[in-house]
Amino acid sequence: MEFGPHLVLALIEGAVTAAVLALTASGLSLVFGVMRVVNIAHGEFFMLGAVIAWWVTQSIGGHPGWGFAAAMVAAPLMVGALAVAADLTVLRRLSYDPERTIVATIGLLYIIQQLTLMTYGPEARPVVAPFDARIALPWPERGAEGWQIGWPWGLSTTAWKLAVIGAAAAMVGALWLFMARTRAGLVLRATQADREMATAFGIPVERVYALTFGLGAGLAALAAVLIVPIRQAHYLMGGDPLLLSFVVVIIGGLGSLPGTLLAAVLIGLSDGIISVFFSPTLAKIVATLMVALVLVFRPQGLFGTRAP
Amino acid sequence: MLRLDEIVAGYGRARVLHGVSLSLERGEILCLMGRNGAGKTTLLRAIMGLVPLSGGAITLGDERLDRLPAHRVPRAGLGYVPQGRRLFAGLSVAENLEIGLMARGGDSGLRDEVLGLFPRLAARLGQRAETLSGGEQQMLALARALCLRPDVLLLDEPTEGLQPSMIAAIREVVAARRDAGVAVLLVEQRLDAVLPVADRVAFLENGRMGPVVSAGALRADRSVADRYLGV
Repeated sequence: MEFGPHLVLALIEGAVTAAVLALTASGLSLVFGVMRVVNIAHGEFFMLGAVIAWWVTQSIGGHPGWGFAAAMVAAPLMVGALAVAADLTVLRRLSYDPERTIVATIGLLYIIQQLTLMTYGPEARPVVAPFDARIALPWPERGAEGWQIGWPWGLSTTAWKLAVIGAAAAMVGALWLFMARTRAGLVLRATQADREMATAFGIPVERVYALTFGLGAGLAALAAVLIVPIRQAHYLMGGDPLLLSFVVVIIGGLGSLPGTLLAAVLIGLSDGIISVFFSPTLAKIVATLMVALVLVFRPQGLFGTRAP
Repeated sequence: MLRLDEIVAGYGRARVLHGVSLSLERGEILCLMGRNGAGKTTLLRAIMGLVPLSGGAITLGDERLDRLPAHRVPRAGLGYVPQGRRLFAGLSVAENLEIGLMARGGDSGLRDEVLGLFPRLAARLGQRAETLSGGEQQMLALARALCLRPDVLLLDEPTEGLQPSMIAAIREVVAARRDAGVAVLLVEQRLDAVLPVADRVAFLENGRMGPVVSAGALRADRSVADRYLGV
């Protein structure tokens, strides 16, 4: 295959990574922005979303679409509820202290991971996509009769990958609308701006924190449901999304939703392109290098604000 | 209306207020004065439930405020303008007001009423709060508190660092609220800024209550102020 079509495939792979990463990292960024909690267990909420998706799709027979639709609802709700329970029983008791909550979420990571290993097992299990048609992609070619649209061999993708990109973009858009246009979003932003003043104006901050932690975990679970037909559900699958989410929120600026989205696109596309043309390991090295550069030259991230 | 009985409060093990008692009546402005570190801001924060009490009671009407969770205190009818304004910086003027309205179910009618008091804010509804001038930010802080339709207004140095025209505008609004029956507890550093509007002046020293005198008496004899303010 020539370079051009090859690049298109790399961009599609990168866009899938970016879309899922944007959704996952938005949850991490939201939790840090509003609660100032660095949630090390975020990747495990992602993993749980994938495992619940497998369980739900296995439990519901008939067309794979039914099971998948049920998983899209059940996984974020169940994972979100678990996160709310973790907030009420662990984080609230620590008064959301930044250092102690890091240790607590590390503990939560191992508890969730090991409980999943004990119940779900060590196997990687596939989830069937609701639809998986292969779509050939057109490419302009110059022939004897000038420019023509051709269909090069191998230049194709699956309908599900395009659906993942579209669905994740729609969900991130919905999250932005929720934050910018609804009263609940306004309450979250006010709490993010000044916790004490939010309390002085009648906002039940601890309840807001619990819901934020649930929402952040739910977003990670939703991202996992979208990607699990491509990557399979496994009890150790939370590591990469956690690492890349941290890369994204550090580059974008902790707590900044626009920064998170821009950084997710940047990291996702570079990951896709470098992985296809060189190697996935080099892609991770480049991402880590970008974090190092941001930390040296703009520690608050691209869209973050310096602490006063 | 608002009654403080022997309240004791502080930060961690450091006790700041040592049994402060005070009462505030409907339709009066009580000014609280004292040197830096006397505990004035801590007192307002304690009333709002932002600093936990280790003793005493705070009552609004028949309701014990100190037994409520902090977020329920403003809903009971207290509006707070903190020192340094502390607006929700990333939010617009309209959104800052919306937060105030949400606390006690205020509607657009109340918002328009409050904006009628501050026409400069009405022209800047979409502007981010941190881009306003200092005077406009103070107006917004006061407007945000008035959106709760408070029975008691707590103001912590609302005229600090403002030009005279802004001070006059804010003083006018506060006096109008007092005339409408709102009880105002005003913390100020400068006696000159207080005497034109205050009905009574209370002095606080090292977290303990000093004398409470009428503004008229203080205008006639400033010796009490000289003793407690060190001027």
